[in-house]
Amino acid sequence: MPATAERAEARAAWLLSAPALLGLALFLALPFALAVALSFTNLRLGSPLPLELVGLEQYARVLADARFRQALGNNLVFAAVVVPVQTACALGLALLLHGRLRARALYRAAFFLPVVFPLALVAVLWVLLYAPGPGGLVNRALALLTLGHWTPRDFLHDPAWALPAIMVTSIWQGVGFQMVILLAGLQGIPRHLYEAAALDGAGRWARFRHVTLPGLRNPLVFTALVTTILAFRLFDQVRIMTRGGPAGATTTVVHEIFEAAYVRAQAARASAMTVIFFLIVLAITLLQRRLAAHRRWAG
Amino acid sequence: MRGRMGTLARHALLLALAALYLYPVALMVVGSLKPDALVLPELATWRGLFPREVSLQNYRDVFERVDFLRFLGNSAWIAGATVVLGLAVNAPAGYALARLRWRARRRVLAFALALLVIPFEAVAVPLFFQVSWLGWRDTYTAQIVPFAANAFSIYLFYSFFLDLPRSLEEAARVDGAGPLRTFLLVVLPNARPALATCAVLTFLTQWGSFLWPLMVTSGERVRPLPVALAAFHTLPPLAWGDILAFAVMMVAPVVALFVLFQRWFVKGAAYTGPRSGQSRGAAQRPQEGRPDDV
Repeated sequence: MPATAERAEARAAWLLSAPALLGLALFLALPFALAVALSFTNLRLGSPLPLELVGLEQYARVLADARFRQALGNNLVFAAVVVPVQTACALGLALLLHGRLRARALYRAAFFLPVVFPLALVAVLWVLLYAPGPGGLVNRALALLTLGHWTPRDFLHDPAWALPAIMVTSIWQGVGFQMVILLAGLQGIPRHLYEAAALDGAGRWARFRHVTLPGLRNPLVFTALVTTILAFRLFDQVRIMTRGGPAGATTTVVHEIFEAAYVRAQAARASAMTVIFFLIVLAITLLQRRLAAHRRWAG
Repeated sequence: MRGRMGTLARHALLLALAALYLYPVALMVVGSLKPDALVLPELATWRGLFPREVSLQNYRDVFERVDFLRFLGNSAWIAGATVVLGLAVNAPAGYALARLRWRARRRVLAFALALLVIPFEAVAVPLFFQVSWLGWRDTYTAQIVPFAANAFSIYLFYSFFLDLPRSLEEAARVDGAGPLRTFLLVVLPNARPALATCAVLTFLTQWGSFLWPLMVTSGERVRPLPVALAAFHTLPPLAWGDILAFAVMMVAPVVALFVLFQRWFVKGAAYTGPRSGQSRGAAQRPQEGRPDDV
């Protein structure tokens, strides 16, 4: 290729990518760098104190803060429950929908529908479902299931029940997303593997255990870790359903960042929390890449 | 689950699960048509789904109590403009990274992919300061411009263009078209799947966005629907019929889009997943006609 054409191509490449790169630099890379920089200062909006570098002091304060630790703990509990439960439900649904089935698209659409709902709407809808008293839907359903042994409660104002209530809401909203990815994964498993396994006399459980699960390894790792990341990004439901209460029982890292930055104007403190939050998400992402890099199936 | 009985049992199970699963959605729709005072008391009875009387009174009440059309217009403008701008900047970037030869290509690609790991929440606070400093608080600009360039969209276009057969471009090149012309006239018209997927994902994200507009909007002028719903839900007097009517109107456009373009929604979700089959990720060269049975 002549040199002029090569230069023209390079020029075109820069021209085509410049707007996007500028956007990423200004609205993603720059603010991220700003968060890191601010986390080493004492910046507090509206404070008369002069701006100073304080080293790791903000991090020390954040990590010693009981409320932040509570938030971190809530995120961990949320992830520890929601990730396995939601993944199991999604896998069950995907298996039910896999294979020859009439009206599959319709079923799939039904379970996928809440995925397209704004989280704010889902949160408000579930506030209604969790209505206190025997007339609330969830209270009534539990009373039916326990044959009347259920004492109605105010889920969202009960320290023991508020976080589980948000978990159920989140699973309801998100399970369809995982289901679709796992279903696509199931369809990607070569049929001959099942046939070979059947020839070897493998029963249904053996086929599931030795063909389906290994074949789904990457989609499973992916969905589990994406859900873990979403568990740490939890905010909308909490803000609308409980505002982090009662007594911090449902507060999350992002909710604490929001409160620190927006309500208390603690710019530096919120920045330190932001960096900690990012490191958690980064660790999960790296774990995913490591796990997913393995081979899918032999042959 | 083979055989007729197996198929029947499977359908019965799926129908029961789907009914249970969509029960809250049905309650939302029916509740929006019922008298306010009956929504909560009848929620857990069969009257929750089969009301004695239905009317559009709640919908009228919403329009009377808040400026719903303004919120709807705000959301539509913010989501629509972000989609258009997003396609305009991310598709060309993905193309340049996948197909053009330039020296910085690898480094630029690494930069864009590295930014993929930064979730929005990790920049929300400093971005808020930045936007305040620019004087963008309470503007549409603050809710559109920062979300146009998107690392994930670039990645999506990048992998799509990697897999696109080269024959079309080569024909255009032979006819003497430069890279820009080739991209606009030959490649872009063949990129509909990627454009649709990216448009749907961007639209959904923006339509449901809550944290950011909560931070940057203080009045109603540029407030989008999710923040407006959160405010409306705590606006006294508490009237669940009105709240549900608001919710139904807020979600109706997305559900309509979903019904019309279900394929792209599902594909969009699957696209965010790991690529199935043998062609995994960026390392592989394009293979023609990858079956797309998503």
